[in-house]
Amino acid sequence: MMFFLQVLFGVLGGFFGGLGMGGGTLLIPLLTIFLGFNQQLSQGINLLTFVVMALFSLVIHSKNGFIVTKNLIWIILGGVVFAILGSVLATYVPSLVLRKIFGGFLVILAIVEFLKIFKKQGI
Amino acid sequence: MRKQKKSFKKSKNKVKNGFNVKKKLLLILLGGVIGFLNGFFGGGGGMICVPTLEKSLNLNNKQAHATAIAVIFPLSLISCFIYVFNGAVDSLPLLTVGLGVLLGGIIGSLCLKFMSSKILRILFSLIMLVGGIRLIL
Repeated sequence: MMFFLQVLFGVLGGFFGGLGMGGGTLLIPLLTIFLGFNQQLSQGINLLTFVVMALFSLVIHSKNGFIVTKNLIWIILGGVVFAILGSVLATYVPSLVLRKIFGGFLVILAIVEFLKIFKKQGI
Repeated sequence: MRKQKKSFKKSKNKVKNGFNVKKKLLLILLGGVIGFLNGFFGGGGGMICVPTLEKSLNLNNKQAHATAIAVIFPLSLISCFIYVFNGAVDSLPLLTVGLGVLLGGIIGSLCLKFMSSKILRILFSLIMLVGGIRLIL
């Protein structure tokens, strides 16, 4: 049953990820809330599965010419340095605390998404 | 916001291509915010990266989605090394959940053409909202 749920939640997260809506923000709370994973484990699993999925999408997207590389290096440069900082910090914060902060992050993202949806009534 | 617009106009006058040190620093800073959040929360960087790319590099929606993956990929790669190195990831749930993500990812990519995006986005945001509240409580 546990294995079945793990696969099922993976499918759900992957589905929204494949649609380009951000699978991780769905997968992480599913794993933490319903399967009782500790927050760092859920986050680590999400990062690893994303890297594998991203490899495939990058090949497809670059073939279609959708990736714009101009000036991108600056964003990646700043990103890599602070990604190290954020990840190290995440492994030091107690799991329950990280879980609550992550919850706050999700609520903010959801509100921003709602605002965007109702701003662009046309879609 | 107003300040940013002003400085952008100035930079346009200074350099013909519209890109100077200030703009580069801004990009590094934006990247830093994306990288930090993506590393600290183990995901979600893409949701911030897409609008950032649309505004700072003037990409259209499709380009921004594809390019965001190119940004998040190296950041997530380095983050997951740190998570694994610190023993945060067990291999068994990784395999089962990973199998599911792979399946779901393929189905999601194939369904992209047939689904009404507005209903899905509302559903997605609702799940995030409820999930977020549940995690805090």
